[in-house]
Amino acid sequence: MTKRLFVKGNEAVAMAAVEAGCRYYFGYPITPQSDIPEYLSRELPKLNGEFIQAESEIASINMLLGASATGVRAMTSSSGPGISLKQEGISYMAGSELPGVIVDICRSGPGLGGIDASQADYFQAVKGGGHGGYHIVVLAPSSVQEMYDLTMLAFDLADIYRMPVMVMADAVVGQMKEPLVPHKRPDTPLPPKEWAVRGIGDGGQRVVKSLYLGDGELEAHNWKLHAKYQLLRENECRWEEFETDDAELLVTAFGSAARIAKTAIMMAREEGLKVGLLRPITLFPFPEKAYALLTGECKRVLDIELSTGQMIEDVRLSVAKDTEVYFYGRPPGAGSLPTPEEILEQIRKYY
Amino acid sequence: MQQVFTRPASLKDVQTHFCPGCHHGTYHRLVAEAMDEFGVQSRTIGVASVGCSVFLYSYFDIDVVEAPHGRASAVATGVKRARPDSFVFTYQGDGDLAAIGTAEIIHAANRGEDITVFFVNNTTYGMTGGQMAPTTLVGQRTSTSPYGRKREKDGAPIRMAELLAQLDGVAFSARVAVNNPRNLMDAKKQIKKAVRYQAEGKGFSFIEALSACPTNWGMNPIAANERVGTEMCDYFKLGVFKNTADL
Repeated sequence: MTKRLFVKGNEAVAMAAVEAGCRYYFGYPITPQSDIPEYLSRELPKLNGEFIQAESEIASINMLLGASATGVRAMTSSSGPGISLKQEGISYMAGSELPGVIVDICRSGPGLGGIDASQADYFQAVKGGGHGGYHIVVLAPSSVQEMYDLTMLAFDLADIYRMPVMVMADAVVGQMKEPLVPHKRPDTPLPPKEWAVRGIGDGGQRVVKSLYLGDGELEAHNWKLHAKYQLLRENECRWEEFETDDAELLVTAFGSAARIAKTAIMMAREEGLKVGLLRPITLFPFPEKAYALLTGECKRVLDIELSTGQMIEDVRLSVAKDTEVYFYGRPPGAGSLPTPEEILEQIRKYY
Repeated sequence: MQQVFTRPASLKDVQTHFCPGCHHGTYHRLVAEAMDEFGVQSRTIGVASVGCSVFLYSYFDIDVVEAPHGRASAVATGVKRARPDSFVFTYQGDGDLAAIGTAEIIHAANRGEDITVFFVNNTTYGMTGGQMAPTTLVGQRTSTSPYGRKREKDGAPIRMAELLAQLDGVAFSARVAVNNPRNLMDAKKQIKKAVRYQAEGKGFSFIEALSACPTNWGMNPIAANERVGTEMCDYFKLGVFKNTADL
């Protein structure tokens, strides 16, 4: 598979899901992610899979819960308002330690907002958008190739850590077309799903649940989940560094904002400004150590987001002492996507 | 000596948490007997709901997935689509199925999911302490209808078995009671059909099971049992509202 395709980010997600062995999709139409259900409604039946257009996002996340409980690879996708509806089910999946992939192609809000790219759902995704105090893995692709690669990774991480994994992109990355080199799914060793329900004919009773009423049970369960989050922080942080070696100003951004920032950094380098980029790829676990390490040398950080500032809270918590953290953001909406020139101006301002 | 009565293999040898006079235990037994009869226990995946029915896994010796409040039929859809050879059923109360889970049950039924739904209607939210349910009878006092349910303000109690029977996807819909031996024998018959139809791949089957809730009705078990046969059966008529499975 060395062919080179020219596809949309959303299509890359759907293609990667199929390659990763996902045969069950449950969803509800919403802009700007509908290419994903459209693609899978066409392809999954050919593979003896199941595609259900559910009555709501609530139903679709619960269908995902049910399918995942049987041990199969399954997914759903949506955008802001629909992801809000899914939070109940995501909390139950986190509590029940169920794998499952949730793709969030973010649009702007709050409320009905608009359909433009936004990064204002960072808190919702990264801080546990539902009730009860939990985390899910959040992956933030910034290119069509990464939409493919990280969707595939999402299925592996979900199975390894037995938890929901979100691929969080936005309208820009979801809708744009770029070259994609598809590839086979990596040969990652995966734990057997002994916990999956399949009928007691195949061993003793298995129960997938999140209710713990016995004395001390729920506290122990929460510490167990917490230990997984610690393990993720140690083992699964992913980030990209670009021109950071001699940087005197470190720009940080994720997803589509990082693409614009990268162009601005190349323009700044042409002007002789020593600027670099730190792009988190995992938003949870947040690559805290990369920030600590890089800000050991470079004491100025410019955080850029398509919002009024959310990731900046994690950036501030992660940088080395005495680091100055500046912010430039554009809240989402038609006409609010910043240009590289606009970012370059900010680089000059804080350099 | 010949043993003529025994605990169904699909039920565990444990005590339940159900209150004296509650009909959940009887329905558990009838469902378990039907599972035994059709030999589906070993390939059954039950979906537990939220309410008094949540401890399904403590009483049934089967694999169980616990669903969020009202979402059991959506969870069961995911289970059944992924494992079509399993026997998949939900067991839900009236607050769960007929209030917060209305969208999920209607659409699972309308898709004709090949699952069996046991819906226990006791006209109240049992687990949370006797609040008004969508099935609470007009005039019935509950902890959130202290002056009695008012039709003009709260609407009339919802008849789920009749409502679902309207949908093309539904193969079987019946309402049963276990307040006397005659009704119990009929309930047993209908529950067996609801299990058999899925085993035969006939499609969506729905059993609405009327139950007493002495604790939250503020009645003793005998009075509560009588109320099922009078007030409840007057409004929630027993019978089979649809059966295309045997045609």
